[in-house]
Amino acid sequence: MSIIQGKAWKYGDDVDTDVIIPARYLVTGDPEELGKHCMEDLDASFASSVSPGDILVGGENFGCGSSREHAPLAIKGAKCGGVIAKSYARIFFRNAINVGLPILECPEAVEEAQQGDTFSIDTEKGIIANLSRKKTYQAAAFPPFLSELIALGGLIPYVRKQLEESGQ
Amino acid sequence: MPKTLVEAIIAAHTKDPVRVGEICKVSVDFAFANDITTPPAVTSFRKMGARKVFDPQRCAVLPDHFTPQKDIAAAEQAKASREFAQEQGMLYWEVGRVGVEHAFLPEQGYILPGDIILGADSHTCTGGALGALATGVGSTDLAAAWALGESWLRVPPTLRVEFDGSPSSFITGKDMILALLGKIGVQGARYMAMEFDGDALEDLPLDDRFTMANMAIEGGAKTGLFVPDEQVLNYANKRGTRSFTPRYPDRGARYAREEIIKVDSLEPLVALHPSPGNVCAAREVSDLEIHQVFIGSCTNGRIRDLEGAARIMKGKKIAPGVRCIVIPASYEVYSQALERGYIATFIDAGAVVCTPSCGPCLGGHLGILASGERCVATSNRNFVGRMGSPKSEVVLASPLTAAASALTGYVTDPRDYLGESF
Repeated sequence: MSIIQGKAWKYGDDVDTDVIIPARYLVTGDPEELGKHCMEDLDASFASSVSPGDILVGGENFGCGSSREHAPLAIKGAKCGGVIAKSYARIFFRNAINVGLPILECPEAVEEAQQGDTFSIDTEKGIIANLSRKKTYQAAAFPPFLSELIALGGLIPYVRKQLEESGQ
Repeated sequence: MPKTLVEAIIAAHTKDPVRVGEICKVSVDFAFANDITTPPAVTSFRKMGARKVFDPQRCAVLPDHFTPQKDIAAAEQAKASREFAQEQGMLYWEVGRVGVEHAFLPEQGYILPGDIILGADSHTCTGGALGALATGVGSTDLAAAWALGESWLRVPPTLRVEFDGSPSSFITGKDMILALLGKIGVQGARYMAMEFDGDALEDLPLDDRFTMANMAIEGGAKTGLFVPDEQVLNYANKRGTRSFTPRYPDRGARYAREEIIKVDSLEPLVALHPSPGNVCAAREVSDLEIHQVFIGSCTNGRIRDLEGAARIMKGKKIAPGVRCIVIPASYEVYSQALERGYIATFIDAGAVVCTPSCGPCLGGHLGILASGERCVATSNRNFVGRMGSPKSEVVLASPLTAAASALTGYVTDPRDYLGESF
């Protein structure tokens, strides 16, 4: 079982990957270094104030724009526990799964969340508890193939297994 | 069941049933990354235990973002990218020969009708102009495609967009795609494929189609597809590096949604800070003062774009206090512009002409904005901080509008500068 607990950092719709990690910092792939500038152009206080396990809460289309995998890496590097959003842009969605950043889709939880609320999330079951408001939500389920991929540990172990099976 | 174009392309690349919303494992015809996205892809490739890319002639590295190398860190990334390409014997073009990836690859015949193309760059969707299912992914997904020659795709619902009528000479592909983005917003096609159609596209030059397909991602789409016509097939046959099979939508295919854009009455448009969906007529914001103009990028750095800008700038001078930066998207474009005298026109007008690179588009280099500055750019994104300071602004526009704006120092409808007789 994997439980994340932390405070909510709530932002609006269409949080793009340029504000999650501005391109001027894309000269490294080191998550910790990227994490120092996470959300900088939207909220300059975020990276210095976020605590390990805190949750990013976004509206619709979270992670739109550039395909940079550095975006979910920066969120991980900032020690964020995961993201809850109403919906995700498709490339960010894939990237988050591939780098092991927990992402949950749950419009109701986002709607009722306030900045600073304390959340506890069971990422395996997709159960989101807003402890501050004493409410529990069920996140949207992943398609079966993606659940398998996540259970296997992500795309990297999946490909390794495929390569082993084909004898390469 | 009759298929939309994206369904027809997926069906030709998978053994899985092709139904909207289902995940299919697909074979990949070509997979590429750039100097920013290659290093993380290499890390993932190694972790996967992969030793060889699936086909070195179908896998490419293009150093186009922070190149010519802008600083030591960027040079290290470019070096790591180059070394991996050399180790694998993959396709690689050095600075001085490479172009902005989404302009260069179609030009060199690596993106072809009916293909499935993955690129570790969101503007990979540009290849949709040729009827290829070209889509952006992150570095780890790209590494998987390099290792296996396949990937997974969720079959997207299709948004059919019909462009009706005949556009005036001031209306470019950029204005047409901005019209759509203004209507549907930046998530209006999230998770969907766009399929472009309509009589306004019949004679639309390929360069304008690349611009439109390029910005499909700005509506959240997986790809923006044009049905291959004679113009596309001639281009692909002339340039193609391998054989290809164009795919077409079936009659009676089911579309999730349709949008109609009437182009007869379309005016030159701009997208204001901070969203490509924040669209209005250029004339409505003619009081917006500007400090920089950028003409280039994978959206609008092709020969027709430079031709339009040069027609407006010919014999004129850039407004005092405005920096105008022109970046041809490839050396083929650069050479043509040189031969046709456009480069001389730009230099005489007082513009800076740079070597092919993504440059300032993503705030990399060659024209970064200070706080309080505003740039009219022919690129594709104007998010907060996109081109530099988080307190700067980018206004997205066609090359005609950008060139007219460079001459006046304000956002300018090209008709207001030259009259209606352009």
